[in-house]
Amino acid sequence: MAEYKPIRKVVSGNYAAAYAVKHARVEVVAAYPITPQTSIIEKIAEFLANGEIEGLEYVPVESEHSAMAACIGASATGARAFTATSAQGLALMHEMLHWASGARLPIVMVDVNRAMAPPWSVWDDQTDSLSQRDTGWMQFYAENNQEVYDGVLMAFKIAETVNLPAMVVESAFILSHTYDVVEMIPQELVDEFLPPRKPLYTLTDFDNPIAVGALGGPNDYYEFRYKIQKAMEKAEKVIHEVGKEFGERFGRDYSQMIELYRTEDADFVFMGMGSLMGTVKQAVDILREEGYKVGAAKVRWFRPFPKKELYELAKSVEGIAVLDRNFSFGQEGILFNEAKGALYNTDAKPLIKNYIVGLGGRDFTVNDVRKIAENMKAIIDKGELDVEVDWYHLKR
Amino acid sequence: MNTLFGERKEGATKIVLKSVDEYPEAPITLGTTLVNFTGDWRTFIPVIDDDKCVKCYICWKFCPEPAIFIREDGYVGVDYDYCKGCGICANECPTNAITMEKEEK
Repeated sequence: MAEYKPIRKVVSGNYAAAYAVKHARVEVVAAYPITPQTSIIEKIAEFLANGEIEGLEYVPVESEHSAMAACIGASATGARAFTATSAQGLALMHEMLHWASGARLPIVMVDVNRAMAPPWSVWDDQTDSLSQRDTGWMQFYAENNQEVYDGVLMAFKIAETVNLPAMVVESAFILSHTYDVVEMIPQELVDEFLPPRKPLYTLTDFDNPIAVGALGGPNDYYEFRYKIQKAMEKAEKVIHEVGKEFGERFGRDYSQMIELYRTEDADFVFMGMGSLMGTVKQAVDILREEGYKVGAAKVRWFRPFPKKELYELAKSVEGIAVLDRNFSFGQEGILFNEAKGALYNTDAKPLIKNYIVGLGGRDFTVNDVRKIAENMKAIIDKGELDVEVDWYHLKR
Repeated sequence: MNTLFGERKEGATKIVLKSVDEYPEAPITLGTTLVNFTGDWRTFIPVIDDDKCVKCYICWKFCPEPAIFIREDGYVGVDYDYCKGCGICANECPTNAITMEKEEK
């Protein structure tokens, strides 16, 4: 194995995604522009125009629904397929997302998290990707540009191992258009880590013809749903293995589905997903100096949901503040809802409170984390919640 | 012959799998319509009267499957492995050379 010397580049989150697509030797990219995703597919087009990518079929399509349809067709022939989208575009793809996972096609997509309209918004909000929770797609939430790059490479490997599609999610503008240093992996080492795809089946094996998308009546449909769930369960193990291998090869360990930050002796932790957890980690360092025994738990993989890791965490703390940059109307924050549900039949019963933060790109700062810490400390001292769901930023 | 739902037995149109482990990982059907026939759904069957046929081939044009073929003698025949019994051919035939008859199985 060649020695690993990272190539450092200053790139936006979107360019990090484009470089990962290039290094993953993706064979088909379906391209349709939508803010703030557009610069991903623009950068890939630029690579192609400059002759930096070979063997890539770049398919400009007329909508996101078609983009996913093109990826499904490509993936069914055995190709490594990629597309990227945001918000309303992802919603338009919804129907096709089921076709991709149902046909067990390991497509990888970057979704740049953006608020759903109306009111029209292009800013960060996780409700778009979380609305696709039940489509059978795995979901990885990136904290920074480095994790976008690493996430795309790992997503292909995991997806192609369990034959399920995967979504790598990054924040609108906070990551997509903000430049940061990203350590990239030399091509030959990426090739070792991510060998060519071995498809479960292929439409282009003309000696063994198959039909995809055939009818499955009440007697057979049920079994195929069960198999998707089994693949999701297998994915938990594969995520751990691939994340560990990534760490051993390239120094960044992703073996945990929930990244724990200074939680060892923490009284309570902040739990959330995506870029806001960078702010939280910084706040944890400051709060620790101020005497708060706090930690951060960053949920990297939302699907499959890391139940076991959450249980281990919940056993060790008195409280969990779930920070949701998303909302399920008529209920509560989506991560909060999942976390609470996962713990119900266990003996881990920390106080768990939901803070709705940063919807539609509302700024979320270290000072906000401090205010939440003060509130969490107060309710833990009292031993009961004030409110279960706190619309933290609301102008009162 | 192999299908998604196991080995197709002589004369059987569908094989019932008893355990989830017998199912393939993805819901694909092995083979295409070249090996998996689609003509086992129909109730009525088109029967062609060569004496009335004027070889206009409108039935051949309109068959949506297409299960109508032109025989060597110029008259038309029906490929019953694929005919779904929709009756469009009988409806379109200008000389009423095609009648739909209840199929006896």
